[in-house]
Amino acid sequence: MANQGNSEIKYLTPITVDVKKKKYCRFKKSGIKYIDYKDADFLLKFINEQGKILPRRITGTSTKYQRKVAQAIKRARHLALLPYVADLLK
Amino acid sequence: MIRQYEAVFIMTPVLSEEQMKETVSKFTKFLVDKGAEILFEDNWGLKKLAYPIQKKTTGFYCLLAFKAEGTVIADLEVAFKRDERILRFLTFVLDKHAVAYSEKRRANKAASAEVKAEA
Repeated sequence: MANQGNSEIKYLTPITVDVKKKKYCRFKKSGIKYIDYKDADFLLKFINEQGKILPRRITGTSTKYQRKVAQAIKRARHLALLPYVADLLK
Repeated sequence: MIRQYEAVFIMTPVLSEEQMKETVSKFTKFLVDKGAEILFEDNWGLKKLAYPIQKKTTGFYCLLAFKAEGTVIADLEVAFKRDERILRFLTFVLDKHAVAYSEKRRANKAASAEVKAEA
């Protein structure tokens, strides 16, 4: 009965379940050991449009490097290389 | 214990050119008197600040990399606080990864400078 119910639903195009992209820590993969607080355009990849730090579940970085990134971003903000709060930053 | 430090500071844009040079040399002289060894000095020039500091939207950035005893840093920061031309400063101790990184950058910056000189 349930099976028969399913087959009734017809889709024009097969629904694409987005395949879960295996997230990886870009620092471990590329072997970066030190995150420089001075180069702001690299740090821009880790903040969203409002200038907030992106969480690990989005960027996929490991804990050790996420702490380094967060520390570098806070130092860059102190030196006015990155804004504390922004809109349409990108 | 001699360690490698980096001090980045922002000067008010109101200053004239030689006043800026004079403040930078004031701090380098201050460090040398304290027995620090200046590794390199990098002026990033006038840059736009991400947010206004003391009602100013641009600032003259300067980076000083040096090797010094830990005790020197406290005096350096007091000197930074006292100087009213400095809008903001940040001193940073470099660990072994940071030291390797800064040497690599210096190397390829020098290399690219040579390439530019030849071209």
